[in-house]
Amino acid sequence: MSDVMIEAHGLGKKYGSFVALKNASFELRRGEILGLLGPNGAGKSTTMKILTCFIAPSNGTAKVKGCDIWDDPIGARRAIGYLPETTPLYEEMLVKEYLDWVAAMRGLRGDEAEKRILEVVEEVGLEPKIAAAISELSKGFKQRVGLAQALIHEPPILILDEPLSGLDPNQAAEIRELIKSIGKERTVILSTHNLDEVQKTCQRVLIINKGKIVADDTPEELARSTGGPRYRVRYLSDRRLESGGFRDSASTPDPRELFGQLDKVDRVRELEREDGEVLVEIASTTDEVDLRPAIFQAAVERGVVLVGLETKQQNLDQVFRNLTTGADEEKAGRGRPRRKRPVVEEEE
Amino acid sequence: MQNVLNIALRQFRAYFNGPVAYIVAIIMLGVVGFMFWLFFFVQGVATIHEMINWMGYVMVVAIPALTMGLIAEEKSSGTVEILLTMPVKDHEVILGKYLGALGLFLVIVLLTLVNPIAVSQFGDLDWGPVATGYLGLILEGMAMLALGLMASSWTKNQLVAFFISLFMLAIVGWLIPAAARFMATGWVANTLEVISFSHHLESMARGVIDSRDVLFFLSLTVLGLVVSFQSIESRRWG
Repeated sequence: MSDVMIEAHGLGKKYGSFVALKNASFELRRGEILGLLGPNGAGKSTTMKILTCFIAPSNGTAKVKGCDIWDDPIGARRAIGYLPETTPLYEEMLVKEYLDWVAAMRGLRGDEAEKRILEVVEEVGLEPKIAAAISELSKGFKQRVGLAQALIHEPPILILDEPLSGLDPNQAAEIRELIKSIGKERTVILSTHNLDEVQKTCQRVLIINKGKIVADDTPEELARSTGGPRYRVRYLSDRRLESGGFRDSASTPDPRELFGQLDKVDRVRELEREDGEVLVEIASTTDEVDLRPAIFQAAVERGVVLVGLETKQQNLDQVFRNLTTGADEEKAGRGRPRRKRPVVEEEE
Repeated sequence: MQNVLNIALRQFRAYFNGPVAYIVAIIMLGVVGFMFWLFFFVQGVATIHEMINWMGYVMVVAIPALTMGLIAEEKSSGTVEILLTMPVKDHEVILGKYLGALGLFLVIVLLTLVNPIAVSQFGDLDWGPVATGYLGLILEGMAMLALGLMASSWTKNQLVAFFISLFMLAIVGWLIPAAARFMATGWVANTLEVISFSHHLESMARGVIDSRDVLFFLSLTVLGLVVSFQSIESRRWG
């Protein structure tokens, strides 16, 4: 059997004139945990609702475990366990009662259903609450019920819409571990706007902004490829080191002129200048070479008095902000994330 | 079919976890019992006829209360997303929801049978009109439930769904019958009677089964179900 679990081809969705999703294409293999990342309203939930056949795309198509969402939506749904945003459950039911119902809806009968419910309850750690009313559960336990509901028919694909939002840090950590262990033998798509979550949970990230896929890579690779580490350099603007000691000075060299010529420097930016100090950020193209000695040397050669020099590792947080707010566009040419997997972008 | 039953059973059970089922049952049984015994003692007649008519009027309020949450509640809580991403077809969901509500309605209607049964202990009761009258009530209830389900599928606000269906049912169940009675004769009155709930119920309450009455209620039922289905399905294209 093919290893490709989800294939999306040019998925698009319009609500009136609002474009919620535009030409999204991607592939997902068995055992991958994919993070769909994007600001609110970027198209994450829309993508998930299309894959689960809750809504139909305006254009494009997708195959879920070989079932086309147009021709065989029921087949596609069978292959998917889905937990929508905000974990909607029938609050008035008991946990067991609810899982019985879900099992029946998923075509499980009698002993088989009973066996699966016990397995899944154990898997998500719901044993102490099995006889409780859903409305009485904490948010963390409700989330477990939601996961149990999605897992009961042993789907090869799990689609989780913001599974960790609204949980306190302890609950979030537990659910995250749970998702990781569940994801070992399944394909998981989870959406989030929490970058930390993606870095901790996912092997692959798809960043969506304004309905378009703007990046598709591993979290590490994304962080690396949008630029290596950055250096923060602080030096005095009103004093210089000359033979014999410090002298007051009216002018200091321009930071770009000072550091711009160094090898492996991508970009130099003056961040602030006050109280006789200048703070400069130097973006490097690579994390293989430490630029600090070269920066130090360049400063000394020109008599510039360094008072601070530190490295700042790029993290996904910045990448995300860069990609979704249009900031840092000046460096788009070199800094744009590489796309290991094809991202089809055709104009309609 | 199994899916329809699963959805219907869940819906039926869910009614008993909230107040609506109890309130509706108490109102129906209370009003109907009161009217029945009023006629029995004041007029001294053991007739099922007036009771059936009164039940038709009470259902104009009672049925919207039963149907308002059917889909609107699932939409507002978001559970509709889990329901409609299970391996079920949209029409199975509509039918299941409908049958769940119909089940509760039947239970309540059957409970009102205590009145005629009690009367039959005192004297002779003609069971023929009772049977046809109850058949009429059930048919009218089926039509009203389908229209209520339709209203519930249009909104995510239960209260809005309640008032939309109350409005529709009040026109066909209260206003038009009153207008027709007021005019009594003439072609306007005759036309109004064609779309009046109580007119179609009336003849059955007297013991006559006319296929036109049956057809009237059944076509409204189908209309309500088809529109509900369309409205659920339209989410995919919205």
